[in-house]
Formats: sequence, C-alpha cells, structure tokens
Amino acid sequence: MTIPAVGLLLVFHYVPTLGNVIAFQDYSPYDGVAGSPWVGLYNFQWLLSDPEFWTALRNTVTITAFQLVFYFPIPIVLAVLLDSVLSRRLRLFIQGVVYMPHFFSWVLVVALFQQILGGAGLLAQTLRQAGHEPWNVMTNPDAFIVLVTAQSVWKDAGWGTIIFLAALAAINTSLYEAAAVDGASRWRRLWHITLPGLRPVILLLLILRLGDALNVGFEQFFLQRDAVGAEAAEVLDTFVYWRTLMTGAWSYGAAAGLFKGLVGLILIVVANKVAHRFGEQGIYKKS
Amino acid sequence: MTTRPVWQERPTVFGLTLKTVVLTLIVLAMVYPLYVVVLTSLSTARAVTEAGGLVTLPGELSLDAYRELFGGGVVTRAVLVSTGVTVVGTALSLGLTILAAYGLSRPGSVLHRPLLFVFLLTFLFTPGMIPSYLIVRELGLIDSYWSLILPTAVSAFNLVVMRAFFMNIPGEVLDSARIDGASDFRILWRIVLPMSKGVTAVIGLFYAVGYWNAFFNAVLYINDNTKWPLQLILRQYVQQGMNVVPNQRAVDTAAGYALPPNLAIKMAIIVVALMPVLLIYPFVQRHFTKGVIIGAVKG
Repeated sequence: MTIPAVGLLLVFHYVPTLGNVIAFQDYSPYDGVAGSPWVGLYNFQWLLSDPEFWTALRNTVTITAFQLVFYFPIPIVLAVLLDSVLSRRLRLFIQGVVYMPHFFSWVLVVALFQQILGGAGLLAQTLRQAGHEPWNVMTNPDAFIVLVTAQSVWKDAGWGTIIFLAALAAINTSLYEAAAVDGASRWRRLWHITLPGLRPVILLLLILRLGDALNVGFEQFFLQRDAVGAEAAEVLDTFVYWRTLMTGAWSYGAAAGLFKGLVGLILIVVANKVAHRFGEQGIYKKS
Repeated sequence: MTTRPVWQERPTVFGLTLKTVVLTLIVLAMVYPLYVVVLTSLSTARAVTEAGGLVTLPGELSLDAYRELFGGGVVTRAVLVSTGVTVVGTALSLGLTILAAYGLSRPGSVLHRPLLFVFLLTFLFTPGMIPSYLIVRELGLIDSYWSLILPTAVSAFNLVVMRAFFMNIPGEVLDSARIDGASDFRILWRIVLPMSKGVTAVIGLFYAVGYWNAFFNAVLYINDNTKWPLQLILRQYVQQGMNVVPNQRAVDTAAGYALPPNLAIKMAIIVVALMPVLLIYPFVQRHFTKGVIIGAVKG
C-alpha cells in the first residue's frame, strides 16, 4: 500500500538528492552523469569567489534574522490575544478570517499588496487625491525587507497562531485559578503560567526556523526581484534560478543548492542538540 | 457566549477598548483589500473613472469583466488548466497519501520502520532546484501537465499528519473486521476512512490549494505559454501589468463604456484565482485544529 508513494518519493526526492553529485562534475546533459568529467571542489571554489553569491547569502541571512525579530513573536502575541476573547463564536470568526490568507498564492498576495500599496494602488491614489506626494513602497530597495516581512505577516501570521492556540488550550485552567486566588495579577499569570506553558512549542518552532534559515521562500522574491533590483531581493533560491538554470550552468547551480542543503542539515542537527541540552524534546528524540 | 470564570477579574475599560480596536484592525487588514478588489471587478468603466482607480464605495455595477474573461481566450484556458491539474492532482495525492498512511499506521506491517524512515528523512534534506529540474527533464515531463503534479504528489508532512490520525483508531476495531473476513482495502474504505472524514478534508484542502496555487513548478517546467496555469496568467496580467487583449469585439463600442475597463478585468482575474479557496475554505475550516494539531504534536 505504501509502495506507490515511496516510489514517487524515490524518483522525485531521493534520485535528485543523489543527483547532487553533479556539483563535483562539469556536467553536461549530453554526456550524462556517467560521462561528465569530475572536477572536485572547483564549483565550490567558484561559488565562494562569486560576489553575487555572497549578496544572495547576505540577503537571505539578513531577511531570516529580521523576520526572527519582527515576524516570529507576532503569532504568539496574536494567539494569546485571541485566546482571551471570551465569546466562542467571535473567536472562531476572527480565527477564520486570519487563517484565510495562508491559502492564497504568493502571486495573489503580491498582486494584492501592489494594488493597495503600489505606485498605481489605493494608497497612492488616496494620497494623490488628498494632494499629497504618493510614495511607492513596492519599488524601494531600502524598504524591501520591511515589505516582504509585512507580506509574510499578512499571509501567514494568522495561520501561525493555530499551534500556539492548541498549546494554550492544553494549559490546565486550575493553575490560573490557583494563581488568581493567591493574588497574582493578570500580567503575572501571563508571565508565570502562559509563557512557560508555551515554551516547548516556541522552542520547537524556533528550531524549525533556524534549520530553515537559508530558506526564505522562492516565489515571493522571484516575483518582486524586478521591481526592487537584485541587490536587495536576490536570495539563494533566486540566485540558483537566475544565475544557473537560466544559463545552463548545471553543476554550478547544484553546488549552490548542495551548499544550502548541507548548511540547513547542520543547522537543524545543531539546533536539536541545543534543545536537548535545555531539556526540551526538539523535533526528533534523542536516540 | 462563554461566561468569564469567577476567579478572573473584570477587564478594565481601557483594556477592553484596546483589544477591540486591535482585533478590528486585524480583521479589516485581511478583509478590506479583498472587498476593494471584488468591488472594482464588478464596477463599470464609469465607476472606475470616477473613483480614479480602485473603487471603494459601491457605484454602478456590472458583470462585464467576468463575461470578458470567460468568453474564451487566455484566462478561460488557464482556468481550465488549473482546474484540471487541481482535480487530478488532489485525487492522486489524496489516494496515495491515504494508502501509505494506512500502511504505515499498523506497526506490524512489512518493513514498517524503514519505510517510515524514508518519509521522515525528507524533512531533513531537500534535493535542490537543479537536480530536481534535471530529473523532470530526463523523464520528458517538460511542458507536460504531469510536471505540475508528480514532483509534489506526496507530501511527507501530510502523510505524517494522516498516519497519526489513523494510529488513534483502536486496533480492536480493525481486528474484528479482519476476523469477519474483510480485506485490508475493505477495512480502509469501510471503516478507517469514514472515521477520518475531518482529517481527510483538511489534507485534501492542503493538496488542492497547493495545486491551485502552484507557481514555482510551472515557472520551471512549463515553457509553452498556451499551457500556463492561472497563477502565471495572474502574474503576467496583474503583477506585471500587461493589458488584457479583449476578444475581437472591441470595434462596436461607440460610447467607449461597453468594454469593461482594464482595471476591472485585472481585478476579476484576482477574484477568479481567489474564488475556489474562498468557496471551499469555510467548509473545511472547522476541522483545522483537530487535523493540524495531532500531526504537529506527534510529528
């Protein structure tokens, strides 16, 4: 029963994983993997001396760091806020609304932002009619990191609350009751009961995010790269696409991809070690 | 209305007001852009001109923009492509995921551990864009609709969620069916699936949304623009601002108002891309917490 699914994974996941050997070759489709010459670490040396690669790497890491500070806490705050809404029906309604954009495609989200905030969008239109100078956030390279973070918050922060809401629901209410009886204020209860209750989930998601540090998504950046320029919007995935897929430099692109995959693997293993040290479960158990 | 537990203090007026304002703003930030887009797509050229762009207050309404889009041509074709890929893809994905998840949910089954490992390992390492592209090309799937389906057909995450759900079904139920002579497929079809409608709906939605929104794979694998799915059309006409060419009948528009305005057409494309999600979503939403949480906790 499991065989068809395993088969697809083998073909579209494991074979390409092995296919990464072309990173150590000068691959040409005509010669194939067997016939292409081996070049050792040449592609990786090339990668490390390529300024465009460093721009992409720097942008990726900066965006991840920025979003860790300005995106990551938002679902937690929002979940605590939602959890405090007493009316069940109102809460379900708000949840329904904030989960929704998670199911929109990036093209759709970018198009919506463009219609609202872009040069011909609603904001510019309103400003112009009020006699002000419009400004276009969508094409400003300096504001790009804020823009993409705002888009991510709009699209996914609501969905992100789901796991925190579940963790909040699992906290035993008698803890709150006992604390209240002992005279703990609402803020003290938040600090001493709610946050410790969320700790394992927060750590788990932090680990996942760290393991994914080099993955900021392809589509969002691919779509907006033309508007703000490669200097600000090039991330590792778009770098692989433009620099290699478009020019047929297969081995070079595979080297960049392999670099990204290996760093991701190392990060996730290290983050798990750290989590175990803190006495938390992490994403896989200690074996 | 749930009542406040007795031990909880009354909220201050300030706190309550602040909370209401914040939550209202959040809901508006989600809903208002959609409202403007839908309204503009339904507006006549005169209403769009008067508003000086996007329409925020309902004025003259018409369905011309949609008539234009569905009168044949690029968008009609793209909608058909996307619908086809979504229907076929979701059926295939859901079928494979259910079979595999059921197989892996019974600890005694053949090669249970190693097979599960095959799925879990995919979380740790992603193969990368270039080797994946080369495989699809080697298989001759470039410009084939299968390139939009097969590479993403099985999601290990969805599989783990589903497996966790199946594992909660007591083994005794299945054993008794087996003693009565039911085959594995019959047990799956008659007992396991009817007990798992919620999780099946959620996983189905995840897959369907994935296929409907597929953009990256289409950019990589579909070069022939007559085969483009809707998301690529959306990008070309809305995000990159290319004007939609009206279907032949541009000539007989003496007043200039008979043709729907370009902005309305663009907004209508957005609405068409949005619609399936908006339609299915409310029915599946109530299953979210159950479905997602089990997977998240056990995964």
